[in-house]
Amino acid sequence: MSIIKCDNVSVKYMTGDFKAIGLKEYVVRHLTHNYKVKEFYADRNISFTLEKGDMLGIIGTNGAGKSTLLKAITGIMEPATGKVHTKGRIAAFLELASGFDPEMTIKDNTYLRGAMLGFTKKYIDERYYDIIKFAELEKFEDYTFKQLSSGMKSRLAFAIASQTQPDIIILDEVLSVGDGAFRKKSGEKMKEILASNVTGILVSHSVKQVREMCNKILWIDHGNQIAFTDEKDLYLDAYEEFLECKKLPESRADIEQMAVAHSIKVRAKEDAAMQKESEKLEKILNEGERESAIRAAIAILDNKCPEALNKKYIKEMGL
Amino acid sequence: MNKIIDKWLNRMEEYRFLFSQLVKRDFSKKYKNTSLGMVWSVLSPLLTLLIMKIVFTNFFGRDAEYYTTYLFSGNLVMAYYKEATKNGMSSLRTNAKIIEKINLPKYLFLLSKNISALVNFVLTLVVYFIFCVFDGITFGPWMLLLLYPIACLTIMNIGIGMILSALYVFFKDIKYLYDVFLTLLTYLSAIFYYVDRFDARYRDLFLLNPVYVMIKYFRTIVIDMKIPSLQYHGLCLFYALFFFAIGGHMYKKYNKKFIYYL
Repeated sequence: MSIIKCDNVSVKYMTGDFKAIGLKEYVVRHLTHNYKVKEFYADRNISFTLEKGDMLGIIGTNGAGKSTLLKAITGIMEPATGKVHTKGRIAAFLELASGFDPEMTIKDNTYLRGAMLGFTKKYIDERYYDIIKFAELEKFEDYTFKQLSSGMKSRLAFAIASQTQPDIIILDEVLSVGDGAFRKKSGEKMKEILASNVTGILVSHSVKQVREMCNKILWIDHGNQIAFTDEKDLYLDAYEEFLECKKLPESRADIEQMAVAHSIKVRAKEDAAMQKESEKLEKILNEGERESAIRAAIAILDNKCPEALNKKYIKEMGL
Repeated sequence: MNKIIDKWLNRMEEYRFLFSQLVKRDFSKKYKNTSLGMVWSVLSPLLTLLIMKIVFTNFFGRDAEYYTTYLFSGNLVMAYYKEATKNGMSSLRTNAKIIEKINLPKYLFLLSKNISALVNFVLTLVVYFIFCVFDGITFGPWMLLLLYPIACLTIMNIGIGMILSALYVFFKDIKYLYDVFLTLLTYLSAIFYYVDRFDARYRDLFLLNPVYVMIKYFRTIVIDMKIPSLQYHGLCLFYALFFFAIGGHMYKKYNKKFIYYL
């Protein structure tokens, strides 16, 4: 039983100068046949299926249609053709901090946002204190939203959103927010949510993050689906190669070739880094003082032949 | 049929808390920063009334019986209509940030604006009745019939609010055009003059103005102590349902298109 099923989904978008004009201008332009609206497909024929517990990573360069696809999945936009089936409650973490009311207090904003996310009154009453505590805003409850710093705003937004118990979670570049300590805390909270057998979609520009968290990959480019696959390492390697050479793969062979090319590059890079490090250490070994030379020697051994080191002895020596 | 009702009830249940929060927000925003709070919102139509009364009785020598009640009836209905539709117009635009992100029924924002306008109207209505007492109006059970035009007016306001808020998403200058239209409407609604001064042939033209129709219902009940004809009730209901149907159709049709324009 699939949780999310996208069936040949195409999403249209409109561009043109229609946004800024008023009724008078609209009428005039129609009369002079000067009214132009361009429609284009932000996504074309995207198909994928996710089962319970799957985590999909959507990759693609800027303007590939990732965020538009998310909007179609959450139901904010309607696909021009095709169908999206979802099962269960969706929690979407998109541009968290916007949409609050600047004039209202933290408390009122928390309740309002909670209501929009589909919480019941009882649920928020129970969780309200946790939210404020998590956001570290205990002293600011009666401040209006606009008086908060931007860090506080995103902390509050994250704290509220993370109270959801969704069946489907959708993340657009928001795995963690805030600075230092809070970043760690929010990252952990996110992992906690993701560990609870939800089905998720992650859009991220960090390939490393996608590699760590996702088990399936959807690669879109300029609205076209390049791949939907569960061979994530192969495709992510190919994608990283694509980011450098800017050439789209056309066949399975291309993908494999690109993945190999990428891993060769990675290995070469690693080797180069190792080489550089060794050179540096050797230089210290040859020219440095007695103490630093010993340290360098130990570091070289640690790199190249760690089993030769007597770790306990080194520790006792205080090196 | 039962299925549809069930679906609606479920939805109501689902969004009841959100709706109450939205109403609360609109209220607190409206009365925040005003030391008199809600008193002010009653005071302002009263001041308008005072000015009109002074101007028309002293300068234009209008001194018919129950003229204060006549004026107030017009002002009362007009003020409610204006507030509900003007606030309703901006309901989609001001909530654009939310609409772009969360999939919610969009009429909730409009309904919440209408609720706060309705509350305001009820407060003014209380003051209206106090004035009626001073003006020597006879009270009786027929006054309960006023609930009928109020209900019709509320439905009509929601309908026109839907039309305007949808148009306002597409065309930014509707706001100014509508202001101009409202001024015109105010003068056409016989708020301070009497329709029977016009030739009988033209008098019926006033019935094309739905706001005037509601005002006249009020005056017939309160001042003339008469119950309007069945056809007249039909006319009120027609206007209410007519605008509501158009508005509802627009919301249904453009529901997923708004996002391109917001």
